This record gives sequence, structure tokens and C-alpha cells, in this order.
Amino acid sequence: MFHLILFLFFGAICVAGAVNLLVQSHPINSALSLIAVMASLAAEYLLLGAEFVAAVQVIVYAGAIMVLFVITIMLLNAGKEERSKGSRVAILLGVPGVLIGGVLVAWTLLQRSNMQAAVPIGALPGDPADIARLLFHNFLLPFEVTSVLILIAIMGAVVLASRPEAVARGPRKDEG
Amino acid sequence: MSITTFIIISIIKSVVVVGLLLFGVAYSVWLERKVAAHIQNRWGPTRVGPFGLLQPIADGVKNIFKEDLTQPHVYKPLYIAAPIISLVFAITSISVIPFGNWVNVGPWGTYLQITDLNIGLLVVLGITSMGVYGIALAGWSSNNKYSLLGGLRASAQMVSYEVSLGLALVGVVIMSGSLSLREIVDFQGGRFWGFIPRWNIFHGQTLGFFIYLISAYAETNRGPFDLPEAESELVAGYHTEYSSMKFAMFFMSEYANMLTVACLATIMFLGGWHGPIFGPPILQAVLPVFWFCLKAFFFMFLYVWVRWTLPRLRYDQLMAFGWKVLLPLAVANIVYTALVVAWRA
Repeated sequence: MFHLILFLFFGAICVAGAVNLLVQSHPINSALSLIAVMASLAAEYLLLGAEFVAAVQVIVYAGAIMVLFVITIMLLNAGKEERSKGSRVAILLGVPGVLIGGVLVAWTLLQRSNMQAAVPIGALPGDPADIARLLFHNFLLPFEVTSVLILIAIMGAVVLASRPEAVARGPRKDEG
Repeated sequence: MSITTFIIISIIKSVVVVGLLLFGVAYSVWLERKVAAHIQNRWGPTRVGPFGLLQPIADGVKNIFKEDLTQPHVYKPLYIAAPIISLVFAITSISVIPFGNWVNVGPWGTYLQITDLNIGLLVVLGITSMGVYGIALAGWSSNNKYSLLGGLRASAQMVSYEVSLGLALVGVVIMSGSLSLREIVDFQGGRFWGFIPRWNIFHGQTLGFFIYLISAYAETNRGPFDLPEAESELVAGYHTEYSSMKFAMFFMSEYANMLTVACLATIMFLGGWHGPIFGPPILQAVLPVFWFCLKAFFFMFLYVWVRWTLPRLRYDQLMAFGWKVLLPLAVANIVYTALVVAWRA
């Protein structure tokens, strides 16, 4: 019972944070709402018995990626955004889309309501050793290919961010 | 154990541990001032109490009674939230640190640790990684160029050195095969050839220890890596606009973070509470905690010693050192440790 209350509580924070992210007009407030979403998602994972995923969610998303978001906002010194009227296409397609999506999710959940049950912490395989076995044994190739993909993305970002003449000249000699 | 006993024991443990942490924070400041003074051939605090031992109390009273200035140009919600965020995360990370082994008090027994998690190490890393928001937001919301520069420097530095800090700990995790801090300490019991303790620092993780040591200094913004608050260029960095207790909260969180890092170093590399145990039962119960505190104190002393010995680095040197020296070394340490463990298996 206590478990369910906590789960709903963090779920509510998650949704409220997501809505606040869109409503706020200042980028730093939006970034902070996103951090709240990440943190409450981590709490939800924890309640589902996936402690490792919860910890990684906090370390990677809330602790590293969002810090970079905040640094970027601080560096650019981005001010308040102006509120635009919003496009008609977005309203015409968006509102029915949200309705259909909501109905679909609710319908699926109701259809499968007999499969819903509370999961005690530790009942599902979620400890680091299990995850490591999956990542480095069963799914080794996809895992490594993903890391190569991210490496390529980083190199692409470096090339795009640096000036073309600097890339042509090669690394600077006086650095370091 | 019934649920009521569990809750009562948990509350008692939390209150005691947080109280001890705050006590430790106050006396780390005293230690820093005293050691710094003696390094510079001065006396340091001597007026308040014997050896200036009541100085932290006087400082606290002074900070509470100072005027709390809020500049008109700050962004108020975040300006007020920033020191709170900083202090909350600094204090929370102590919750999974084990101080000693199982103790029995009358009919009840407990581990000397608020709670043991199977991902304890990740919890500490996660919480400390959230602490950077306090500093970054303080720098941004102060709306002052020195604060902003300090906040930017702090966040860039902490994100960079967090990588090598985490990777330096992976070697220990590979060796002990667990992320639970208690199991990591248990792994380090016993001796080599009867006299060298089996601590991880003597057990192939010497390089890892030094990488951790250097990254920890940078991670807590301490000298020689205290660029976020470099007085000679940034006034006081991210806390320039803060006064009274708000400033004191940043100050306390800095020292609380140092204590957490010292405890973590003790657990990961220096064998936790392991040490010679002898004497009557009461002494046997107290000695592990004493060894733990002694090792953490040694680490704190090292912090102060290094700060007042080495000059501050330049910012580009700091970044180049973090990414081009420490990170490759940390990766090499992981590869080496993994190879040794695989060879033995």
C-alpha cells in the first residue's frame, strides 16, 4: 500500500515536471523541471526493483547530461523566451493525437489489468551482476556497436563545432 | 526485528551520524585553520577556548547573527535554493557509509551504518554528482560575472574529474566483485605474509588510489584545484553574493563533501574499519570505529597539507591534466586490474 502511494506520488511529480518543462518560459527553469522528471523516474525504477537502473539514471542523466544542459544555458546566458501564438497545425494534429494516445494507453492497461501485480524489491533480475552478464555476454555485439556509434557521433560533433580551417590544419602544436 | 524497533533504530542512527558529520565539519574547519597556521609559522585560532577549540562555535554564532544580504539583481528562487541543494546532497551521501562492523547494544544489534545497499557505491556517486547543481545554480542566479565564471568553472571541473574519480573506483569494484560498501570492506580483511594488511592500496590498486586522491581534490574544489573560488581572479567565485548562513551552508557543504570523500577513500582503498583489534570486549567494539576515524582523519589532514603546499593550477592545465593524464591512467588501471583478475580466475 505504502509502495503504491510512493509510486503514484513520484509519477505525479514526473508528469508535473514534464508539464512545467513546457510551460516555463525561462530555459533554466525548464532544465530544472527536466531534472525533477529524471530524478522521479529514478525513484520509480527503484520502486520497481531496478536499483542499478535507478542509480545509473541519476548518475548519467541527472548528474551528467543535465549538468551539460545547465552549463550551456549559463554559457549562452539565454534569457526569457517570448511566448508565440502557436501554430494551427500543431493544435489541429496535436490535440487529437494526445487524445488517441491517451485512450490507447488506458485501453491497453485496462485490457491487461489481470496481469498487474505489485513487485517486491529484488524479485526481478535487476542487480548489477545480472545486467553485466546480459550486456557483456548475451548482448555483447549490440552493446559494443552502440558504443562505436556514440564515438562516431562525438567525432561528428567535434568536426561540426570546430572551424573548417582548424580541421584542415590539424591539431595545434602549442597546446597542452 | 519489528517495524517499530527498525524505525526507532534507523532514526537514532540517522540523528547520531548526521550529528557526528556536522561535528566533524565544524572541527575540520578548525583543523584546517590550525594546520594552515602552523604550515605558515603562525599560531592560528588560540583565543576562544584551549587551543582555540571553541572557535567553530564562535564562528557559527557569528554567521547566524550576521546580516543576510540579498542583492536586488539576483534571481531569487534559485538564489535561495542553491545553498540548500548543496548542503542537502552533501549530507545525504553519508547515509550509506559504513563506519564499523556489527554491534550489540543490549537485546538489539545493528550495523554501524545507516543503511546497506547492494549499490551503495553508485548511490554515493549519484548523490555527489547532483551536488554540482548547488554550485552551478548559485553562480548563475547571483547574476554577477564573477559568480557566473566561478559556477561555470566549478561545473565543468566537477563533471570532468567525476569521470576519472568513478573510473578509479572501478578497479576496486572489479577486485571485490561488489558495489556494496560493506562487502568491499569485508574483502579487505586479513594480511599478506602476516604483517601487510590486505587493503586495496597494497593489493594492486596503488595507482587507482592516487588517481582517486587527485580527482577527489578537484571534485571537491579544493586547492590546488580551487579555481571556482580563486580569490586572486574571481573575488570569491560562485559564493561572492552570499552572506551569513547562506554562505555558511556552502562552507559546510564543502567540508561535508570532503569528509564523505575521505570516508569513501578509507572504505575503498584503506581497508575501512580493519586494523589491530585487542583488549577487553568494550575496546574490541570501539577499536574498528577508531581505526576508521583515524584513516579518514589522515585523509583530511592530507587535504589540508596539500592545499597549503601546492600553488593553484591554471584553468587550461587543470582541464588538460584531467582529460589527457588522469583519464587514460584510470582506463589503463581498469584494463590492468581486469587482466589480473581474469588471469587468476
